[in-house]
Amino acid sequence: MEYLLGIQGKDFVLVAADNVAASSIIQMKHDYDKMFKLSEKILMLCVGEAGDTVQFAEYIQKNVQLYKMRNGYELSPAAAANFTRKNLADYLRSRTPYHVNLLLAGYDDTDGPGLFYMDYLSSLAKAPFAAHGYGAFLTLSILDRYYKPDLTKDEAVDLLKKCVEELNRRFILNLHSFTVRLIDKEGIHDMEKITIGAK
Amino acid sequence: MALFDVGGFKPSAELRGQIFPAKSHLVDRVNHYSFGTKTQEFAVPLGVDPSGFLKSCNSEGGVCIDLNHGTTTLAFKFKHGVIVAVDSRASAGRYLASNDVNKVIEINPYLLGTMSGSAADCQYWERLLAKECRLYRLRNNHRISVAAASKLLSNMMVGYRGMGLSMGSMICGWDKKGPGLYYVDSNGTRLSGSMFSTGCGNSYAYGVVDSGYREDMTVEEAYELGRRGIVHATHRDAYSGGVVNMYHMQEDGWIKVCKEDVSELIHRYKKGMF
Repeated sequence: MEYLLGIQGKDFVLVAADNVAASSIIQMKHDYDKMFKLSEKILMLCVGEAGDTVQFAEYIQKNVQLYKMRNGYELSPAAAANFTRKNLADYLRSRTPYHVNLLLAGYDDTDGPGLFYMDYLSSLAKAPFAAHGYGAFLTLSILDRYYKPDLTKDEAVDLLKKCVEELNRRFILNLHSFTVRLIDKEGIHDMEKITIGAK
Repeated sequence: MALFDVGGFKPSAELRGQIFPAKSHLVDRVNHYSFGTKTQEFAVPLGVDPSGFLKSCNSEGGVCIDLNHGTTTLAFKFKHGVIVAVDSRASAGRYLASNDVNKVIEINPYLLGTMSGSAADCQYWERLLAKECRLYRLRNNHRISVAAASKLLSNMMVGYRGMGLSMGSMICGWDKKGPGLYYVDSNGTRLSGSMFSTGCGNSYAYGVVDSGYREDMTVEEAYELGRRGIVHATHRDAYSGGVVNMYHMQEDGWIKVCKEDVSELIHRYKKGMF
């Protein structure tokens, strides 16, 4: 029901997440932000079991910030992704596993942009584009078809809108608004929210 | 750690040993503020599965101690504060235990919590929350914010995740940032928002309140909307009923607005319709 999307360009990553917090069949909240800022240039998008998502994401967020305080520099996106993976894998084998699916997007001054896909079994993959949730079944093919490694920011936003349009055409559940953010060498930027129809 | 050696850092316990004579408990504040996570109130014995035990206690398992589940509660923010309205029926499985329960827990003059799910869990944990809020007030000389209070409760829930707690609560209050409304449940979910409804009649209450809601309502309109929400939910939901208890959170604390019988209200609303 939830939907996350990330598209990586040459010098940026564009990410989007739906805004719904649901409890069984009821939408409890229509303006819920599923993105967590891990550091100046890393965002984590988190969906999964209610309660687990926030608890796990905040735990990772606070540890990444603690790393910066201890060492005076921040983790790179790849390092943060591997740290998250290790934690999720350890919890998976504990009495209290976290059921969370993640996207981790960031910009590293030496490695450039990075987008990482991780599921609740903590398989980690670096990908040029990635999506989570039922919406992924509909939109991954669109991304396969139209994605170019050198696409510009505007083209990425257009591609994102294409995906959202398809969701609203074929997906039975109604996701009417999406938070959109862009990460580049300057940091994290809020983009205009995508909303469909009247609320 | 290497950094500690360079800086000559000593743990506070060691320093205290030098400053104070041995066995002085004057500044013994190791657990000064744990936010409810470090010290668990119940020690869960190893190898015991509380949720499995609870399952064996419901009606299918032979022993019939079903927990109180049926409820409708709603709360919404508007221009003049927060309205909290709840029904009053306590059911235990198919048995109607009481029709006159107050499902709003008065944590302090500026905080209210609602109960849905297991009545025992709600009462116990919200009383513990009241204790933590009082301690916060005594230690810091100002009231705890609604955000912090709800986080305390959600941290308590997270500490017992998967052990069979059942609670859906709304924490309403007024702090420096104005009116506050948070939804906390036993999964550890914590959401802030301008309108929530919990309990098994929540869909009916949402329907009525969503369609009649405006941010700039007058106080009287808001009271009427809260009343309507609960009345129509109790009318459709067999597990909700009794009376409407309504509270209004204002800048200078909450007031109790009314306690009205839903069956009288529904007849007043339906007059001329049959």
